[in-house]
Amino acid sequence: MSKPRFKTRYDDDINRFESGGHRLQYLLLLGLALAAPWLLGSYYTGELSSVLVWSMAGMGVMLLVGHTGQVSLGHAAFMAIGAFTHLALMLRGWHFVPALMTATLVSGISGALLARPILRLSGIYLAIATLALGILVEDLAIVAEPVTGGVRGLIAPPIELFGLTIDRHGTPIAFYYLCLSLVVLVTLAYSNLLRSPTGRSFLAVRDSEISARALGVNVTRTKTLAFALSCAITGLAGALYGHLVQAVNFESFLVIISIALLLQVIVGGLGSIHGAFFGAVVIVVLPQGIAIARDLLSDVGIRVAAFPGLDMAVFALIIIVLMVLEPRGLYGVWLRVRTWFELFPLYRKGLFRRARSYLKTERLK
Amino acid sequence: MDTLQLLISGIANGCIYGLIALGFVLIYKASESVNFAQGDMMILGAFLAIALINTNQADLPFLLGLAIAGLSLGLFAYLLDALLLRRVFGQPQLTMVVLTIALGFVLRFIIGAIWGHDPVSLETPVAGQRLDIGGLAIPVIDAVIIATTVVLVALLWLFFARTRLGLAMQASSQNQMAAYYMGIPVKRVVSLVWAMSGVVAAIAGVLFAAKGAVEPSAGLVFGIKAFAAAVIGGLGSLPGALAGGLLIGIMEPFAARHLPSHVAQVSPYALMLLVLILRPSGLFAQVRQKKV
Amino acid sequence: MSLLDVNSVSLSFGGIKAIDGVSFRVEPGEVFTIVGPNGAGKSSLFNLISRFYPPASGSIVFDGHDLLACQPHEVVGLGLARTFQNIELFDHATVLDNLLIGRHSQRQTRWFEDLLFLPKVRREERAHRRQVEEIIDFLDLAAYRDRMILGLPYGVRKVVEIAQALVARPRLLLLDEPAAGLSVEETENMAWWIEDMQKDLGLTIVMVEHDMGLVSQVSNRVLAIAEGRPLAEGTPAEIQAHPEVIRAWLGGADEP
Repeated sequence: MSKPRFKTRYDDDINRFESGGHRLQYLLLLGLALAAPWLLGSYYTGELSSVLVWSMAGMGVMLLVGHTGQVSLGHAAFMAIGAFTHLALMLRGWHFVPALMTATLVSGISGALLARPILRLSGIYLAIATLALGILVEDLAIVAEPVTGGVRGLIAPPIELFGLTIDRHGTPIAFYYLCLSLVVLVTLAYSNLLRSPTGRSFLAVRDSEISARALGVNVTRTKTLAFALSCAITGLAGALYGHLVQAVNFESFLVIISIALLLQVIVGGLGSIHGAFFGAVVIVVLPQGIAIARDLLSDVGIRVAAFPGLDMAVFALIIIVLMVLEPRGLYGVWLRVRTWFELFPLYRKGLFRRARSYLKTERLK
Repeated sequence: MDTLQLLISGIANGCIYGLIALGFVLIYKASESVNFAQGDMMILGAFLAIALINTNQADLPFLLGLAIAGLSLGLFAYLLDALLLRRVFGQPQLTMVVLTIALGFVLRFIIGAIWGHDPVSLETPVAGQRLDIGGLAIPVIDAVIIATTVVLVALLWLFFARTRLGLAMQASSQNQMAAYYMGIPVKRVVSLVWAMSGVVAAIAGVLFAAKGAVEPSAGLVFGIKAFAAAVIGGLGSLPGALAGGLLIGIMEPFAARHLPSHVAQVSPYALMLLVLILRPSGLFAQVRQKKV
Repeated sequence: MSLLDVNSVSLSFGGIKAIDGVSFRVEPGEVFTIVGPNGAGKSSLFNLISRFYPPASGSIVFDGHDLLACQPHEVVGLGLARTFQNIELFDHATVLDNLLIGRHSQRQTRWFEDLLFLPKVRREERAHRRQVEEIIDFLDLAAYRDRMILGLPYGVRKVVEIAQALVARPRLLLLDEPAAGLSVEETENMAWWIEDMQKDLGLTIVMVEHDMGLVSQVSNRVLAIAEGRPLAEGTPAEIQAHPEVIRAWLGGADEP
C-alpha cells in the first residue's frame, strides 16, 4: 500500500527492504533497541529481554503455523527440549556457545523425527496430535531425571562469554544484548528464507498442497523441513528462556504455554514475522499493564482482588475480539492504521474488506 | 471381586468422558470444528447445579436445579453460536479452534471469580449410599451415572433417527450446501446442535460433581481427556465417542494400579497419539476410503 | 518416438471403473485433445498422468521416463506441467509470486543456502525473475504483475495459471478445460495463446476441452472417450462426424 514506485531492477524485488526509506525505518528500530537499556532502566530492560525471548519462540511457531499452515498445540515441548539440553550440557561444563548450538540442533532434529508420523495428519487432527505430544513431553521432563533434574529441574549457570559473566539479574543489560543479537540473527535468517525458493515452497504448501505438488514441491519434505526449522528456533528460544527465568522444571513448559504460544502468534497476526513480535509484546506487557491498573485503582481507593487467571482471560478476550473483527491480528490493525495515515484523507472504510473465503477442499474432482 | 469394583467405577467415569466426547462429536459434525471449551462448559454446568441445589446455597429440589442448570447451559451454548461463532463461519478451521480455546480461558476465569477455586461436590439424594449386589458394594451414584448415560444415549438416538429436527441435523452435517438448498435453516440447526451439546455438557458436569469434586481449572484437563476419547473413537462417530470414553474410563484405574504413576497419567494421551498415527479415523469408525 | 505414451491404463474407484483400457500416443509438437461427455474420465486421465491417482494397470511413459515410477512432485521436473479445471492458484499472492512458485522445479539452491541468502541464491533469483518476465511478456500479463489473484477476472486467472505452468519450461503441457467459464472473446484469445505456445515455444499440448469450436480450431488430433473407454481417434473433423461419437454425445437419441 506504499506510494507507487517504479522498479527498475530485479534486485528491487529481491532485496530485503523495498527502498532506502524502508531500510532506514528498520535501522532506526535497531538503534532504538540498542539504546533501550539507557532509556528504560534495568527492570524494564529485563522485561524487554523477556519480549525478545517470546518473540524468538513466536517466530518458531509463526514459521510453522503462519507460513506453512501446520497448526501446533505442543510447541512448548520443543522449548523444553532446547532448555533442558542446553542447561544439562552447560551444567556438565560445556561452554555457552556450543551448548546453545547443540540444543538448537537437538530440538530441530527431534522436530524432524517427530514430523514424519505426525505431519501426515492435517488441520484439527494435527493440532490434537501435537497437543498429545506436548503432554507426553511434560511427563518425560519428570521421568528423564538424569538430563532434566526430575521434579526439581535445573538451575541455569551464569554465561561466560567474551570474558564477561552474563547473568539475567546480575548483568541484565549484557543479557539483553545477548538476546537481542540472537533475535536479530534469527530474524534475518527468517526473512532470507521468505524471499527465497524455500520460503515460497512453505507458502505453497500452506495455500494448496495439490497445487504445490503439481508445481514440483515435495510436500512431505517441505513440511518436515518447516517443522524442523520451527522446532530449532523454538528450542533456541527455550534455551534462552532457561537463562531468563534462571531455573526450569517440568512446570515451565506445560501445555498451557503451548496454547499461549499459538494464541500469541494469532494475536500478532499470522503470516508475518512482525506478528511474532507484536504477540510477544502483548504477552509480556499485558500482565504488567493489569498489575499497574490494579495499583492505580487501589491508589484511588478501589480495591480489586487479585483474580487468578485474569491475565489469561483478558488475553483470551482480546483474541476473541480480534478473531471476529480483524483475523489478521495486531499486524492487520497496524497495516490499517499505517494506510490510514498514508492515504489521509482518502481512506475508505471498505478498503480492507475481507474477501469472503470459503473452506477450500483439498479434494480433486 | 476387587477388579470388578474397579471396573464398575471405571465404567461410570467412562460414561462421563463419553458424554463430553459426545458433545465434541456433535459439534464436529455440525460445524466441522472442535469446541475446545467443552470441558469448561461442563464445569460451568456443574457449578450452576451446585449453586442451585446445595443446601448452603439456593437449596432447590434436586431435579428442578438439574433442569434449570441443563436448560441454562443449552441456552448459553445456543447464544454462543448464534451471536459469536456464526460470525466466523466459513473461515479456516483454525479460527474456530482458537476462538473456543480463548472462550475456555474466559469461562474458567469467570467460574473461578464467581465460585472460588476450592473443590466442591454436588449434594445428591443418593450420596454415600451403596447397592449390595452379590457381595459387591457398588456406590449408587455409579449406577445412576451408568443408567443416565444409557437413557441419554437412547434419547439422542431416537431424536436423530425419528424426529424431523434430528434428520435435519444429520442432513446439515453431511452436506451443508445441499441441506441449505433443501430449505433446512442450516444456521439455526447448527445453533441447536450447540444447544444440545451444552445440555449434554451440563448433565455430564452434574454427574461428575456428584461422583467427586469439581474445581474451575478441572475443565481443561478433563476436556482434553474426553477429547482423547472422541479421537480414539473417531471424531465423526457418536457411538465411537461413547466407546472411546468407556475405554479411557476403564483404562485409567487399571493403569494407575498396574503401571508406574507417570506412565499411567499419560496413558490416555499416548493411546490417542498412537490411534492418530496408526488409524486416524478412530478405532471404532468403519473405515471408508476417502475419495480423492 | 512419441513424447507421451499412455498404454491401456485403467483406474477404479471402489469397484467402479472410471477408466478402462485407454491408450494413446502424443507426438512432439502437436496439440492433442481429449473429448467426451461429462464423467467420461477425462480429468481422471490427467490426474493419472500427473500421478495424483495410481492406475490399476497399464503404463505411462514420458520421453523415455516411466512416469509410474515417479512421485507427483517429480513429474513437472521431467518437463510435464499442467493446469487444473477449477484453477488452483494461490489466491492471496500476487501474479508475480504465483509465477515464482511455478519456478520451483527449476530451483538449484538448498534450504541452508536460502537461509543465509548466499550470492548464489541472489544469482538464481535473478535468473528465475528473468524467466518469469519472459513468460509475462509472452502471455501479455504485465498489467497484472503485482495484482492479487483474488481480485482478478476469471479469464485472466486462466491465463495466469497457464503462465504458472509455462515458467517451469515444460515440453509438454496438460491443459484441463482451458476455455471452461470463458466468454466467446476470451475463448478466441485462448485459441491464440494455444497456437502461440505450439508454434513459438514449440510446446506439445494435451488438452481436455468441451468447446468443439476451440477443439477444431487448434487440435491436430482428437481422442474421444466415453464411460472410461476409448471411442475413436482422428482429426477434429473425423471425430465430429464419427457415428459412435455422435451416439455417445446425444445419449442414444436416435434409437427407438
